[in-house]
Amino acid sequence: MARRTITIDGNEAAARTAFRLNEVISIYPITPSSPMGELSDEWAAHGKRNIWGAVPTVVEMQSEGGAAGACHGALQKGALTTTFTASQGLLLMIPNMFKIAGELTPTVFHIAARTVATHALSIFGDHSDVMAARSTGWGMLFSGSVQEVHDLAAIATAASLESRIPFLHVFDGFRTSHEVNKIVMLEDDELRALVDEQAVRAHRERALDPDRPFIRGTAQNPDVFFQAREACNPFYAACPETVAKVMQRFENITGRAYRLFDYVGHPEAERVVVLMGSGAEAAHETVEYLAGRGEKVGVLKVRLFRPWSAEHFLAALPPTVRTLAVLDRTKEPGASGEPLYQDVAATVLEAVETGRLDAGVAPRVIGGRYGLSSKEFTPAMVKAVLDEAGREQPKRHFTVGIVDDVSGTSLEVDAAFRVPAEGVTQALFYGLGADGTVGANKNSIKIIGEETDNYAQGYFVYDSKKAGAMTVSHLRFGPRPIRSTYLLDQANFVACHQEVFLELYDMLEKAAPGGVFLLNSTKGPDEVWDSLPALHQQRILEKNLRLYVIDAYRVAREAGMGRRINTVMQTCFFAISGVLPRDEAIARIKQAIEKTYGRKGEAIVRQNFAAVDAALDNLHEVRVPGRPTSDRPLRPPVPADAPEFVQKVTAKIIAGRGDELPVSAMPPDGTFPSGTTRYEKRNIALEIPIWDPEVCIQCGKCALICPHAAIRQKVYEPAALDGAPEGFRSVEAKGKEFAGLRYTIQVAPEDCTGCGLCVHFCPAKNRREPRLKAINMEPQPQHREVERMNYDFFLALPEYDRTKLKVHTIKGSQFLEPLFEYSGACAGCGETPYVKLVSQLFGDRAVIANATGCSSIYGGNLPTTPWSVNREGRGPAWSNSLFEDNAEFGLGFRLTIDQLHDYAVELCRRLADRIGGELVEQLVQAPQETEEQIREQRARVEALRERLAAIDDPDAARLADIAHYLVRRSVWIVGGDGWAYDIGYGGLDHVLASGRDVNILVLDTEVYSNTGGQMSKASPMAAVSKFAAGGKPTEKKDLGMMAMAYPNVYVAQVAMGANDTQTVKAFVEAEAHRGPSLIIAYSHCIAHGIDMSRATDSHKLAVETGEWILYRWDPRRRELGKSPLQLDSREPSRPLKDYMERETRFRMLFKADPERARRLAELAQQAVREKWARYRHLAAMDVQ
Amino acid sequence: MDLSTTYMGLTLRSPLVPSASPLSESVDTIRELEDAGAAAIVLHSLFEEQLRYEELELHHYMEYGSESFAEALSYFPEPGEYRKGPDEYLEHIRRTREAVGIPVIASLNASRPGSWMEFARRFEEAGAHAIELNIYFLPTDIDEPVREIEQTYVDVVREVAGSVGIPVAVKLHPFFTSVAHMAHDLERAGARGLALFNRFYQPDIDPENLEVFPNLKLSSPYESRLALRWIAILHGRISCDLAATGGVHHGRDAIKLLMAGARVTHLCSALLKYGVGHLRRVEEEIATWLEENEYGALADIVGVMSQKSCPDPRAFERANYIRMLQSYA
Repeated sequence: MARRTITIDGNEAAARTAFRLNEVISIYPITPSSPMGELSDEWAAHGKRNIWGAVPTVVEMQSEGGAAGACHGALQKGALTTTFTASQGLLLMIPNMFKIAGELTPTVFHIAARTVATHALSIFGDHSDVMAARSTGWGMLFSGSVQEVHDLAAIATAASLESRIPFLHVFDGFRTSHEVNKIVMLEDDELRALVDEQAVRAHRERALDPDRPFIRGTAQNPDVFFQAREACNPFYAACPETVAKVMQRFENITGRAYRLFDYVGHPEAERVVVLMGSGAEAAHETVEYLAGRGEKVGVLKVRLFRPWSAEHFLAALPPTVRTLAVLDRTKEPGASGEPLYQDVAATVLEAVETGRLDAGVAPRVIGGRYGLSSKEFTPAMVKAVLDEAGREQPKRHFTVGIVDDVSGTSLEVDAAFRVPAEGVTQALFYGLGADGTVGANKNSIKIIGEETDNYAQGYFVYDSKKAGAMTVSHLRFGPRPIRSTYLLDQANFVACHQEVFLELYDMLEKAAPGGVFLLNSTKGPDEVWDSLPALHQQRILEKNLRLYVIDAYRVAREAGMGRRINTVMQTCFFAISGVLPRDEAIARIKQAIEKTYGRKGEAIVRQNFAAVDAALDNLHEVRVPGRPTSDRPLRPPVPADAPEFVQKVTAKIIAGRGDELPVSAMPPDGTFPSGTTRYEKRNIALEIPIWDPEVCIQCGKCALICPHAAIRQKVYEPAALDGAPEGFRSVEAKGKEFAGLRYTIQVAPEDCTGCGLCVHFCPAKNRREPRLKAINMEPQPQHREVERMNYDFFLALPEYDRTKLKVHTIKGSQFLEPLFEYSGACAGCGETPYVKLVSQLFGDRAVIANATGCSSIYGGNLPTTPWSVNREGRGPAWSNSLFEDNAEFGLGFRLTIDQLHDYAVELCRRLADRIGGELVEQLVQAPQETEEQIREQRARVEALRERLAAIDDPDAARLADIAHYLVRRSVWIVGGDGWAYDIGYGGLDHVLASGRDVNILVLDTEVYSNTGGQMSKASPMAAVSKFAAGGKPTEKKDLGMMAMAYPNVYVAQVAMGANDTQTVKAFVEAEAHRGPSLIIAYSHCIAHGIDMSRATDSHKLAVETGEWILYRWDPRRRELGKSPLQLDSREPSRPLKDYMERETRFRMLFKADPERARRLAELAQQAVREKWARYRHLAAMDVQ
Repeated sequence: MDLSTTYMGLTLRSPLVPSASPLSESVDTIRELEDAGAAAIVLHSLFEEQLRYEELELHHYMEYGSESFAEALSYFPEPGEYRKGPDEYLEHIRRTREAVGIPVIASLNASRPGSWMEFARRFEEAGAHAIELNIYFLPTDIDEPVREIEQTYVDVVREVAGSVGIPVAVKLHPFFTSVAHMAHDLERAGARGLALFNRFYQPDIDPENLEVFPNLKLSSPYESRLALRWIAILHGRISCDLAATGGVHHGRDAIKLLMAGARVTHLCSALLKYGVGHLRRVEEEIATWLEENEYGALADIVGVMSQKSCPDPRAFERANYIRMLQSYA
């Protein structure tokens, strides 16, 4: 019988096996493992069953610690249980993992292995997480390909049940978890044949049960603990053989053979590389090629890393081996070598000492690190390692894949070496996230993988920015299985889906001679050549490339698909590439469209069909002239006046050449300069707001709502206009306090994302032509040059004296310089306007603790970061610790600030007679409530420093070091609802209870935004999210009400789009409160499924329907005899459905399950009524 | 009192038929309407264009932002099943049929060639007793010839009437050069009922805020006059059964329209304003009036004041207005 094949990614491959072999799945989302949990939840919601005919229970927990705890509990009750995680998530599971292993409990956790955060967070793949779990006593099986993931997930489960050793099933995050590849499916019957029912029964019999009670989890003492710990040894000793037997059974069932250690290469190999994970596939490919050319080389793929079987390891090696080059995808600073190296070295040493190996022929062992954080690992690197292994005096400890010019660890790599990809079509696509390129390519891979005999592989590289994100798709198709676990270094087909990339990237560098270049361009076949920068023309001519052009945007627009050019470009790819006969390809594309969209609606199918047909009519091959006609260079990644670090380091990363940076270019402790986004001019907006001074009422709302600080206002003396560029707009400033001054609103044309929020939020209409406002979106290209000069001039204008501004008003606050600018957040982001407001109001004295999530990504992801500095060199000092600990992390800031402040006061007093009593008293007693008072205190500190310089006393030196702590610091603890409501709630609660002066800003998007829309406890009732596919059945947790339970906590709930004045007031009041403050900020989000340009309408509707009550709870009001609670919004005046109808997160339930949607909507409406009644009651509370 | 009437071959216990409105979106409310005496129910309209727009919009926002950022390749779970297109409406027809004993008239506003017929067939399959075509094209193209627009109406009716076995009514708007001729054409195309007239929501302007906004106003009894005139003129001249819609708030409003020639009077605004139970009161008012005026059955008054039967036929014609002005002068 022909085996069924399927084209899926590694996560799905793991989940398809795990789902069918388990009963309880308890998870918490974390990149890159989240899709495994999401798919499981989806399947359970759709009623899909496991191999025993039951629908598994899938539950989302509040953290990975919680997920592991629930797993432990489920296992103790005898369920077949699993979870999926990575990185810090795995680390949070470790305490439970010790317990689970200590109790000899069979289970498999599937790990998309990811870098553990050290000097920086990284979402990408290496083995640092699983290596941190080595001591838990879990077995570890490593998969290196999507097929292996699918298979070893089953083998691990069967082996765990039989051995009673719990297993981590490990595969490389992103490289394997996100690689799409064609695999043979495991059928249910095959799984049933593999899993020993007796072992399942035995597992159930060991479960806690009051019908046959026992106690497990005792506390033991020095007398017996040690012996009891050793009692499990026989299970570990037997485990490798059990795994081997299961692998043999698997081979008998499926025909696919795995061994604990799989050797590939020359039978008389002298140099063998030893490694595990996806890198083993690249090594396999390389070694096969080299061995085929007679080189005596091999690779040993480690599958069972724990329990380590020295016997199996030695048996798998060819007896001829002279050098073992052991590669670890992790780093253990200070160790004698990384984990696999240590195991191999110890094994060889013991083998020699026990006589298993003759000392004379025992191989030498060298070790190296590779591939940290998904660093490329290519055949050239494998060859470099094998070459090193052949040297007489090789580096005993090395790195490969980087240039280590600091410690000299790195190996030289011959970049020209590659394993020929005979018969393989290689295609590279540069797209924009929003244009659907990746989706189209995934679809193409499925078509080729599932509808032809070809094998297919796809891997996708995403941007670090969320707005205007570039994607690069790497596709391979060929007649043999594809083991190339690395990016394309040469492509027969290169497609550029976005014209704007032409001026930024050398995208034809990897084009193979005689290949094809497909360009989406507004230029026709006769004009496109001249529009290309010189480098691309040169490459096309040198490499003799065929050039095709299509105006895909026009085709898509005419088909009603807006800017989704996916179907159009996919059609062109098939039409040109010849992977399939053209007619067959078109038929397959249409079938795929029907399959993908048919159930969503006929209109979508029709639209896509129209795009397919029109694509072919509009695709043109360009007659390439025999010579270049352009002398236009690529745009430099950063301006020439950027600082040295930005020029040398940041610019390379921006240009996509970060891999070339040597170790010496990197700060050793993760410390980077602030404010670098200003050097990365991304030009991603198609339209930008242009100011009409005649219509403007100078309210400042546009600047307030702008997520990217790309529209700003200033007042300034008329004289400052000297030298203004022609066309710089300026009008008389409105308002008495600005009499005689000029006023300007200015857009940053190259930083604006074109989201349109500012225009929608602008309240001033042109009364002569009401379709226009005081700012209006106009095409960016035609304004770019002029506005760039205007913006440069605007930035150079002096900042208005902040001590003279009414900072608690919208207008006043918006004259404050934003110290958070041009972040990589989504266009129209609902969080960043609040973050920016903090930076304006308090940024020059703020210390910010940022929970991991969207805000840490747009706030701290390289290449450039948005937290900035003012002209005095002051600005927010920002750091991200973890996801779960942010409140505690921020409290730590406060503890230090208070400690050093108090110590500074103590030293001041100690030295008072030499400093001057009056200055000391002023320093100590300064109120520091207003901007002016802060400025005065800064001046006093400067005066103090001057006096201290003249005092010869160790205390004076100590005081000089910490004198700046006498200026009031503003501690902000910032994060999303996933942190505040779920994983970090325990810490947040503790910090609120501490009474310390911290400000907690919760950017409440009501869903896990950064990891792709999973339910949090902030999610509202009836909203659809991942893990709440049927709409959330419970009410949103009322975090504000819970915080009000503490007597000294300031609490505010705000929604900028509904009441911006209340928002600004709340921020000012919260900061002024000398205790803990909590601001819960309504943050619209792309995960709500709304028109982001009109998102402030959602704020208004949320408030008008009572879904989001605006309030301020200020404990200081008690002193005035008033209830601490002031309601800032009116009684709900509209039904909740008016709000729900606007948002996809609610609406999709009405399409999927209208009955349930209506029922939940009614319950939600009732909940709104009750909540309002509760708040109204509290606001009317008599505190006398 | 025998209040029964017939409409497009359907026998109804009274002429009171709630028209297409949000009231018929819930089966529970329809049941309440039946309990209050509704003789049949016209379901809320299925607007194909809106369905299509909703489908595309939902698809757009579910895909928006996907496959752009490594950590969030999508933002929504994939639902197991979609109620796409008319599925929910068809289910509503089925459930209404199961829930009530009165005839169920499904209402359709399609937008593409072919789709009128396709939807109508599916309505029939789902169990509708009749179909009301809620046809209106708002021609804003100054180059589009009138004849073509009018022909479109006729084509739609012919297409639907020719493809289903259940009777088809047309809810007509009054903005034709010749309502009478149009009615005649529709009759020839296969319409068995005409509901006069469709009310359009007319936009309004907020002069301070410089905004155009939809203005939803309930009808007043005065508005029945337009229908009254044309029902009176058409009664007896075409074979279609006539239904009056718009402005029926009280028994007396219904009686006048019935006398003009309507077999059915639709209610909507009055029920939204006074509640579902108001239907019972209107019925009682009709019965009382008939008794007081010594009519033996409702059928006796249908058309008695139509143009053909009334004492002054010219009163329904245009000259009426001119004479009024002259007499005023």
